Amino acid sequence: MTDFTDEQIERYSRHIILPEVGGVGQRKMLDARVLMIGAGGLGSPAAYYLAAAGIGHLGIVDFDTVDLSNLQRQIIHSTERIGMLKTESAKKTIAALNPDVNVTTYNERISSQNIKELFEGYDYIVDGSDNFATRFLINDACVLMNKINIHGSIFRFEGQATVFHPKNGPCYRCLYPEPPPPGLVPNCQEGGVLGVLAGIIGNIQAVETLKLVLGIGESLSGKLLIYDALNTEFRKLKLKRDVNCPVCGDNPTIKELIDYEEFCGTA
Amino acid sequence: MQLVINGQEKDLQSSGTVTQMLKELDITGSHIAVALNFQVVPRSSYDQTPLNEGDKIEIVHAVGGG
Repeated sequence: MTDFTDEQIERYSRHIILPEVGGVGQRKMLDARVLMIGAGGLGSPAAYYLAAAGIGHLGIVDFDTVDLSNLQRQIIHSTERIGMLKTESAKKTIAALNPDVNVTTYNERISSQNIKELFEGYDYIVDGSDNFATRFLINDACVLMNKINIHGSIFRFEGQATVFHPKNGPCYRCLYPEPPPPGLVPNCQEGGVLGVLAGIIGNIQAVETLKLVLGIGESLSGKLLIYDALNTEFRKLKLKRDVNCPVCGDNPTIKELIDYEEFCGTA
Repeated sequence: MQLVINGQEKDLQSSGTVTQMLKELDITGSHIAVALNFQVVPRSSYDQTPLNEGDKIEIVHAVGGG
């Protein structure tokens, strides 16, 4: 019924024996279509573990190349890959780990022009982007296209993770209505980030993605998880859809995608 | 009024709403979120959300890195 090869039964045996997963769940994972935005700090662990788990169709979007300063946290890449496109590097690492995974690479910078085309054909969008302009664009596109957004973000010693499930819960703008003005909030390049933090938050995104694919447990939809690495504290705040949200509220004012790049300035 | 803001006890002059608290703390911007007793308050309700003695407030900033 689930049609596995002997090798797959062995590879996924620790999943298949879990009553919550089983052969049926593993087949769901192999059939799932997940789009990873960014092959950076969050995207590296998230994509790596999703691939190990046997997510069968993984799209990876990134326009950047591997830089030496990435390797303190971006574990899907390696020293010998410096200068290589991140999408290509990620694809190579995943191919070596699990040949079951079909990786599609998109060497593009996300904008209002290409985002709908990129999202088409994927059920789950994992936001591992590194700037507010992209995060707001991803959110709005997910709301408009009814895609589930598995959100994670990191800065210095703090990480945030949640799931935005259009029609079933709040969106990013219910939490933060607008991006911060340019220059107000430093990015990781300016402010630094503890490398391991990317692993924690990226893997929370991976776990949430798998739970959604499998339809098990309780997702982070409607809850903002905040991880404070310095004090080893996890806090969970409840978040409801704001009926006055500019994009997912009852009378939305945002009906078209916005490119914030020009005045957001947080690349 | 005594509030617990991000784990720290604070004595505020204003005894009113989320809007008044943010004003007294000099916090502005649409990239922050306020949770009252672990429930995020929708921005459009800041004016109408009263605070009570001992309330636990979390003020969260948007984090963009990845």
